[in-house]
Formats: sequence, structure tokens, C-alpha cells
Amino acid sequence: MKKTATYHITVGASTKNLSVVREFVSEHAKAEGFSDTVVSDVCLAVDEAYTNIIKHAYNFDSTKEVEVDLEFDDEKICVCLTDTGESFDKSNYTVPDIPKQIKNKKRGGMGVFLIQKLMDQVDYRVGNRENEIKMYKNRETAL
Amino acid sequence: MKNFKISHRTTSGYDVLELEGELDAHTASQLEDSLRRLINENKANIIVNCRELDYIASAGLGVFMAYIEDVRGSGGDIKLTNMNEKVYNVFDLLGFPTLYDILEDERDAVEKFSSDA
Repeated sequence: MKKTATYHITVGASTKNLSVVREFVSEHAKAEGFSDTVVSDVCLAVDEAYTNIIKHAYNFDSTKEVEVDLEFDDEKICVCLTDTGESFDKSNYTVPDIPKQIKNKKRGGMGVFLIQKLMDQVDYRVGNRENEIKMYKNRETAL
Repeated sequence: MKNFKISHRTTSGYDVLELEGELDAHTASQLEDSLRRLINENKANIIVNCRELDYIASAGLGVFMAYIEDVRGSGGDIKLTNMNEKVYNVFDLLGFPTLYDILEDERDAVEKFSSDA
């Protein structure tokens, strides 16, 4: 990805920072000329990924931190979230069966599904000490 | 919470929750409290007006998933109205329009409750 601009913030792993993260992504993506629809899709995907980190990687330990990196080039935006918690095991993931979950009064599992639907490419990387999710969205594509 | 607000009123005997702002994993507990309160008061015919709802994440949808069976089990329903396109799109991506009544406005919801009865 040929970078034209990069931005970075570090946020505490707390749901109270969700709006801060969305605002950070939205502000820069709009300034880079992305359409409102693309910006909305990306913000929702980032929200879901960040929420999953808080819940599953850090088990609601708000002393932990998440790195948020944005990269823009002529064609796309890439948002990368990095954490140092429990890794996400993609092999255990199944697409949510919403009618069944409603019957069993269960929720959850929808975030990963939404991220895949909303973004053009999603890559997970598990390192020695950190996990990374990179989400790409092309400039002109929208749902 | 600065970015989310819920107000409660009744219309034609139905309980209406009006949502305003951004519904995410942080603010979803407010919606959960409001719905639980209504259910504990044996209120089962609930309209959720989303006119002022600017944003919803899956945590918000999860609240509707967790309580709809209780409400339907008591012979009622949760009907959603006045969604903007962006919010509707999230419900649509997850297949909610076939599982929930998502209606144009409160009048349609009241009519639907009458025809359900």
C-alpha cells in the first residue's frame, strides 16, 4: 500500500472510548475525501473490532490499551487495531444464526460478521506479543 | 452519557421508547435498562422510535435480540419505527427485517399491533 498519509492514536480499552475512536476515523476519512457511506461503513467496522478487543482480548480490563493506525492512499483506507491480549481464533468462528440466537436469548457474534460484510479486505495477524486486525476499504465501494 | 438518550412516553396505550444519538457497546446498557423496566412492569406492547437515532452497532441490536422472546412470550412485541437509512442498513445486513417489524412510523406500528391482536 503506497501511503499518502498516516495517523495514530492510543486509546484505553474501554467502551467509553468507542465514540472517540469512531470520531478519529471519521474525521480523517472525511478529510481524505471518502464518501459519507464509506466513512459510515468503516466507522462501524472499527467500532465492532474495537468492541471485540475490549470484550474478548482484554476481558474488559480498561487498564489495557489499543493502538489505532490509519493509512490512506489514492485507492483505499486501511485501519489497523493492535492489542496485546488474547488472540482471536478465526477457526472457532461461525456465522451467527440470528433466529436461533433470538430463541435462546443469546447475543453476540455479529461483530466479526459485520466487519467482513462492511470491509473489502480483513487480515488478522497474531504475533508473539500482539494481535493485529487490518481492515481495508476502497474509496469508491460502498454497500 | 452525552451521545445517547432515551425517553419514554405512551401513545394510544402503547409504550414508546424514543432513542436519540449513538447506540454502541457503551450506551446499549441504557436501552437494556429501559426495556427491562418495561418488561418488569408487564408492558409487552413496545414501540421503539428511532427517528433521532444516528448510529447503531451490533451491541445495540443485541439488546433487541435478548428481550424479544420475553415480550412475544407475553403476547406482545417490540416494533421499530422511523429508522434512517444508515441505521436500517445495519439491521438489514444482519437479516433483522424478516425477524422484527420495522415500520415507517408510530402510526403504522399502532395499526400493526391492532391487526396482530
